[in-house]
Amino acid sequence: MEKAILELLENDAKMTAEQIASSLGMSEAEVVEEIEKYEEKDIIAGYKTLIDWDKVGGDGVTALIEIKVVPQRGQGFERIAARMSQYDEVDSVYLMSGAYDIAVTVNGKSLRDVASFVSDKIAPLEYVTSTATHFVLKKFKDKGVMYTNTEKNQERGYAF
Amino acid sequence: MDYDKILSSRALGLKPSGIRKFFDLIDGTDVISLGIGEPDFVTPWHIRDAGIASLEKGYTYYTPNAGTMELRTAISNYMKRSFSLEYSPKNEIVVTVGGSEAIDLAMRAMINPGDEVIVPEPSFVCYGPIATLAGGVPVHVATTAEDGFKLTPEKLESVITPKTKLLVLPYPNNPTGAILTRSELEALAKVVIKHDIAVISDEIYSELTYSGEHVSVASIEGMRERTVVVNGFSKSYAMTGWRLGYACGPCEITKVMTRIHQYAIMSAPTTAQFAAVEALNNGDADIEHMREEYNQRRRFMCDRFNAIGLECSSPDGAFYMFPSIKSTGLSSEEFSTRLLKEKSVAVIPGNAFGDSGEGFVRCCYAASMQNIAKALTRIEEFISSI
Repeated sequence: MEKAILELLENDAKMTAEQIASSLGMSEAEVVEEIEKYEEKDIIAGYKTLIDWDKVGGDGVTALIEIKVVPQRGQGFERIAARMSQYDEVDSVYLMSGAYDIAVTVNGKSLRDVASFVSDKIAPLEYVTSTATHFVLKKFKDKGVMYTNTEKNQERGYAF
Repeated sequence: MDYDKILSSRALGLKPSGIRKFFDLIDGTDVISLGIGEPDFVTPWHIRDAGIASLEKGYTYYTPNAGTMELRTAISNYMKRSFSLEYSPKNEIVVTVGGSEAIDLAMRAMINPGDEVIVPEPSFVCYGPIATLAGGVPVHVATTAEDGFKLTPEKLESVITPKTKLLVLPYPNNPTGAILTRSELEALAKVVIKHDIAVISDEIYSELTYSGEHVSVASIEGMRERTVVVNGFSKSYAMTGWRLGYACGPCEITKVMTRIHQYAIMSAPTTAQFAAVEALNNGDADIEHMREEYNQRRRFMCDRFNAIGLECSSPDGAFYMFPSIKSTGLSSEEFSTRLLKEKSVAVIPGNAFGDSGEGFVRCCYAASMQNIAKALTRIEEFISSI
């Protein structure tokens, strides 16, 4: 039951406590209480909205930056990752296995904007040994949601 | 040209479907439809992919009349693991163009002119017309909300005559969501066997039951030999547009059905058959996922209807809710038409599924949770405005 509420909200943050309650056969008060508990414990870390900015002529850019670093004595990668997370431009930070150490996604207004963020803020850090910046050309799917063109809906028949 | 002379009087005698008339009214962009009788899910990708792969390989020819052996074998395995029923893939399974064709074949294979076909109502609208086209005489038997819209042995007994040939068992039921339990089926089976009639069991919603496992009437003692089980891929795997169903029965019946199918249809769509094999062999998780989603929406919708004051028993199967609107004092058609015009919510008047559906409306919960919530809010506003 615990996870059921989280699973429903992960899929649709707009579900009301009433909807969740009857979906799972709980009382509304129970659901409200559980959700508050999750929020307090930061199990629910936040709520955001998925927006297809392309559809409203948004001209922002997103880049994926692969970063190689020298781990800090005594603190490993933790401190570095935490520092990277501080920047507002940074959307996500992951510690990676494989050819590089940290993956960061950055949102900026323009290519130049992102490029200067990387060269001014990230690259000069003393423990960063190299960066590789990959710009996103087109977003097809994000957080399990498809970003589709508003194609004409299929013409449908009515069945009984 | 005098078309009345050209057209078949039997065909002209068919009433236009009450649902179609109603759907002609729906065209507004703001309309939330709880009217459509199909899943809102797209066919799971791995199933679509299997269809695409078959096209890439160039599998574009007719299949054997009864369907590919691979698919019939998969169906046979499925019937065994799900309902403990044994059907030989060789001659007891016919793959059809949707469950509807399977119903048509079964009726045409068994009905002689004047034979009576018992159809419990409210139910899916096709049984009566198909029976009529096959030369039979549909005999409707009304079920009631008090009986949970289940056919009872007493009711069945009351409509049986020496001319009775067939009983249609449409459970899990569209539009009421009623199901029949093993003991209820056993009680009906006694009557059926006593009068020596045959059964077409439309089990297209068998995977969508929410209280225990679906029981096929063919698994009741003495019933397999006289039952054609109809099932398909539309509802369970969200594959309505692929048009693929099947019938299982004793080979004496399926042999004749296959012969009709061979002349009328040749074979079911090839691409769909390849996709269906993937569905049966690797689609159990999809079914479970969709059933759980429907189940959540079902509980929500049921709670809301009862909270609004439209009495609604919790349906055990399919994806329809059949609330009573009698408390509003409106007829089913008035209610549905006014709700559509005043609040842009489409539901289907219950009388479209037979006279006994009067006083009810059908609402499909194969719609997104947000749309269901919005629709129910509008219905609530509508009711307080009456």
